[in-house]
Amino acid sequence: MTRTFRTLWQKSSPGLFITTCVVFLAVCFIFIYPAVTSVDPLAQDIPHAFAPVGTAGHLLGTDNLGRDTFVRLVVGLRTELIVCAAGTLIAAIIGTLIGILAAYFRGVTDLALMRVVDIFLAFPHLVFAMLIVSLYGAGDLTVVAVCAIAFFPSFARLTYGEVLSLRQALYVESAELFGGSHWQIIRGPLLRGVGPLLLAQAFLTLAFAVGLESGLSFLGLGITPPRPSLGLMIASGQQYFTQDASQLLIPSITLVVLLVVLGYVADWVRDLLDPRGVTRRRRLRRGDAVTRTEVISLREEVGA
Amino acid sequence: MTRYLLLRLGLGIVTVWGVVTAVFLALHSVPGSPAQVILQGGAGGGDVDPAAVAALNKELGLDKPLLVQYVTYLGHLLTGDLGNSIKYSAPVTEIIAAPLGNTVMLVVLAVIIGGVIGLVFGILSGNWPGSVLDRIVSGLIAVAVSTPGFVIAIFLSLFVGLSLGWFPSIGYTAPTDDFGDFLYHAFLPSLALSFGFIAIIGRVTRTSVLSVRREDWVRTARGMGLSGGRVFRRHVFRNAVNPVVTVAGLQFGALLGATVLIEQVFNWPGIGSTLLNAINGRDYPLVQGIVIVFAVVFIVTSLLVDLLYPLLDPRVER
Repeated sequence: MTRTFRTLWQKSSPGLFITTCVVFLAVCFIFIYPAVTSVDPLAQDIPHAFAPVGTAGHLLGTDNLGRDTFVRLVVGLRTELIVCAAGTLIAAIIGTLIGILAAYFRGVTDLALMRVVDIFLAFPHLVFAMLIVSLYGAGDLTVVAVCAIAFFPSFARLTYGEVLSLRQALYVESAELFGGSHWQIIRGPLLRGVGPLLLAQAFLTLAFAVGLESGLSFLGLGITPPRPSLGLMIASGQQYFTQDASQLLIPSITLVVLLVVLGYVADWVRDLLDPRGVTRRRRLRRGDAVTRTEVISLREEVGA
Repeated sequence: MTRYLLLRLGLGIVTVWGVVTAVFLALHSVPGSPAQVILQGGAGGGDVDPAAVAALNKELGLDKPLLVQYVTYLGHLLTGDLGNSIKYSAPVTEIIAAPLGNTVMLVVLAVIIGGVIGLVFGILSGNWPGSVLDRIVSGLIAVAVSTPGFVIAIFLSLFVGLSLGWFPSIGYTAPTDDFGDFLYHAFLPSLALSFGFIAIIGRVTRTSVLSVRREDWVRTARGMGLSGGRVFRRHVFRNAVNPVVTVAGLQFGALLGATVLIEQVFNWPGIGSTLLNAINGRDYPLVQGIVIVFAVVFIVTSLLVDLLYPLLDPRVER
């Protein structure tokens, strides 16, 4: 993992460095601001509902219940990042484990594990998420679980393909010949070999997870009110659009900017860490031929 | 080839079986029983009368051993019976038929709109790579890929629908009553749905056109003195369109899933709205039926695309 980050550092360009710094500062702000501010994201102040943007004390105005939009936006982003990152992390761990085990042991293990992955790939993410929410109720943990279950197949597919080809490599064969145990080989050359790809895939998945979470929250099946979330804010903004359009525009623009930024960061990380483009989803613009694996991986792009 | 087809078909059937089993297990993994959750009106609701739970369990057949329930359930599925809705006391298949049709219509319209626009975008930017046009189109595509469908839907419904009033942002006419009016009402939802599709089709078309343009046979055709338009139509487009068709087919299932949010914004009486209502009403047989239908449509379309691909491109050997 240290080596992965060192590669990133060595290959980065000034543009990427500045973007990374800005994103890093923004993330720090999102986590620090709610802790130091005295404004309560849940405090209602009905007489001052729909205060316009720029009102003293309310930088981005207030919503239909007079709650401060700016602090709700920041707190919503914080919840969103925590929940989606946790879901992505769990998906990465489960998916990697399945992919490595299936590709390393082949045979029955392979058949059984990859069938399971296929089954989960057959549900549109949102529909599957709705099934889980209907059974276990909406809430942060449900969203984490939903993200983990929805996105582990793509990690499994990725690791599976990569480990299959890594196993042919001479250094993996020699590790086996030298009597390395299964665990040593998996932990050593195999895990290290897929590490950079996983990191690249994780950033992409984070963007998909944010899309999925905001969609769920928009339907009222994700983060539960009165807690703020971008999806919920968009939903109520739509409802009160005629009174105050800014309360719809602010969360919508934030969400789109967040997703575009995440997409670009993911692209950069992938270009740097994955020169062969195994995790390629978005890089088709480079003019390479479309292969079947890419076609399959493209499936997920709209699926959220 | 036949062997490949049979293998693919076999795997498809196994996946459908797995999906059905997964949904069954998910439903039975709820702490307590579905009957309890139904009577509570949601997970974590108040206390309910145990006698009522037992009665509902008996009515839904939930008091039998799990294996017996599973076999009965599979047997019913094989005969096309998805069970009965609790709320409407009618067969699930009957309830979802009309909404499913409405949703499929939306998806088909979105595929047509998105396919045409995406192809035009992709061809324009693929034929003139690096041009201003290419940059603009690629930029638009990057934003379209990142913007969630429901945000696009809201903005279309509020600005094009409400403010400009060009198209209705809400409402629905049955296609059997007045097909023109149906299309009029379906336009904005399917446009919103097609954005992501435009992005993907545009991107794949561009890549595909770019790579085909470099082929030897295109150079030869040009060297033989064929006009640019003729080379494009006969040699570039014909070959570049194959991967686009594949991607379009694979996206069909994904678009079906994406309609859930869009239908909600436009109040479209489709399968997604039915699913949301079923979830809010704790109507588990209905939820289960709809989820299975989604997954099966998804698997069948992927299967069809896989089987069609060799027909489109005779060079593909398996």
